[in-house]
Amino acid sequence: MKEEVLSDIINVENLVYKKTPLMTDNILSYCPGCGHGTAHRITMEVLEELGVWKDTIGIAPVGCSVLAYEFMNVDMQQAAHGRAPALATGIKRCWPHKVVFTYQGDGDLAAIGTAETIHACNRGENIVIIFVNNGIYGMTGGQMAPTTLPGMKSSTSPYGRDVHIMGNPLKITELVAELPGVRSVTRQAVHTPGNVRKAKRAIRKAFENQLKYKEGLNFVEIVSNCNSGWKMTPVHSNKWMEENMFPYFPLGDIKVDGEIVNK
Amino acid sequence: MGELKLMKGNEAIAEAAIRAGVDAYFGYPITPQSEVIEYLMAEKPYETTGMVVLQAESEVAAINMVYGAAGTGKKAMTSSSSPGISLKQEGISYMAGAELPCVIVNVVRGGPGLGTIQPSQADYFQAVKGGGHGDYHMIVLAPASVQEMADFVTKGFDLAFKYRTPVMILSDGLIGQMMEKVIMPEHTPRWTDEEIIEKWPWATTGKPGSRERNIITSLDLDSGRQEQHNIHLQKKYKEIHENEIEFEEFMCDDADYLFVAYGSSARIAQKAIKLGREKGIKAGLLRPITLYPFPAEAIHRLAKQVKGILSLELSAGQMVEDIRLSVGCDIKVEHFGRMGGIIHSPAEALQALEDKIIGG
Repeated sequence: MKEEVLSDIINVENLVYKKTPLMTDNILSYCPGCGHGTAHRITMEVLEELGVWKDTIGIAPVGCSVLAYEFMNVDMQQAAHGRAPALATGIKRCWPHKVVFTYQGDGDLAAIGTAETIHACNRGENIVIIFVNNGIYGMTGGQMAPTTLPGMKSSTSPYGRDVHIMGNPLKITELVAELPGVRSVTRQAVHTPGNVRKAKRAIRKAFENQLKYKEGLNFVEIVSNCNSGWKMTPVHSNKWMEENMFPYFPLGDIKVDGEIVNK
Repeated sequence: MGELKLMKGNEAIAEAAIRAGVDAYFGYPITPQSEVIEYLMAEKPYETTGMVVLQAESEVAAINMVYGAAGTGKKAMTSSSSPGISLKQEGISYMAGAELPCVIVNVVRGGPGLGTIQPSQADYFQAVKGGGHGDYHMIVLAPASVQEMADFVTKGFDLAFKYRTPVMILSDGLIGQMMEKVIMPEHTPRWTDEEIIEKWPWATTGKPGSRERNIITSLDLDSGRQEQHNIHLQKKYKEIHENEIEFEEFMCDDADYLFVAYGSSARIAQKAIKLGREKGIKAGLLRPITLYPFPAEAIHRLAKQVKGILSLELSAGQMVEDIRLSVGCDIKVEHFGRMGGIIHSPAEALQALEDKIIGG
């Protein structure tokens, strides 16, 4: 396309979408094809749309999204591995009128941080947990995660996850849905435009619940891909996710307004 | 004027925390310090001062709740005893790295491992040398009375916020469990949210349009910047050394021999000195009040005056290493201490001075 044609197109009248100012201009550290960038963006868009970003404190985990604070343009704390819900508890208890959320991966939330996750949920901490589940430890180079599927290969299950030796994938989202302290639980994806819209609505609902009810924890799982860790192209990884991850981790609402809706 | 009370050391910590305007206490039960959270839960300060009190699911969670609260500029504290303090080391290291102020109370019991529930001073190395991973220190205060248990809460938070660093009150099962008279301070109101935002511009209190976002982190993947951060921390520790060393001398003026002891051992040493003086043995006591920073110069000065030094600790001999590094001259420096929860008597301490220093 010729340059003068491009400059004709790029003008205010044609603007249909722009990056939220709640995403910084720092270059994302995620691999091309990864879902984290989209999950970050829709979370920040929700905070912008709800107008609560000035009163928001977010917690970054350890894992691929350890640097989430480089990209999310709100006050952020970085937690030790798995401890984000404990930090969030400390913050929210001291600042009950602030909006508090954690953003965690599967290793962080469902392995090393299981106790912090379960107990923050059980106490009904009035926070939002955004849980990105890609079934692998991405940052450390593709090791087996608590949510790695049976038979799935990783650098620490090179012949596939043998559930008799390594245990079964942990459905922690279904687990926390059972706890009375949890108001809402939903499982979403961000690999298609339709799923992005649904996931954003779910995140918005979770934050709205935090603002409205002042008690109860709201939990959003996003099943995502890790094309690098899974050793696939981005396109193939999304197809593989649909065919393998979604049957094990089915999408949709699990708990709404304190009632389990989908077992 | 303060209020005179008869209290356990652990209760004094709790009451002093309420009166000091502490914002949050996060704890987990462990003997011999459970009275701290029990007292707080019974007093319900959340209904009076607005102080948060929460029993966490673990010591790990408790210290990380402190991290979160401290990162928002609140006065947050936790307490535990030795095995629980080991679990908190991860959080303490992160807080030192992220430069977060807090107070951590260790009511030390005998170890290693699950050890005993009786008093000990065997966590000295862990407290003063770092404890967790990485190049860091925290300020370590050693109370020798119930009064100091109370006083060091306010003092601890003053130091913690002055230097943006974790502060440990290194007590033991004896000071924690014994009852003494204590004058409780007047109530200091908690900082308002507005005061916190004004006082601590680094705190993550929500980003207004007028400033960049605040980030609390100990991570920097750029090793050049991480080294600069470490240099900054070391500079801070040097400043702490220059400004914050505290100690107390007891009968040192004419002393031929010196006990160095902190906390409950300092109380025992005082009695041993009195027994010794009845027999014509002129001993004195140097009691470090700050264990980090360590009163090395005071020991160096007294080492020139006395013929020998006995380090009296409820351990196999930990502080004695720092004393040896401090003396700088050729005098005898030995250790005496019972272990595993046994408390040495004043007579035993005096006998050890006679055997190891005077006669040795």
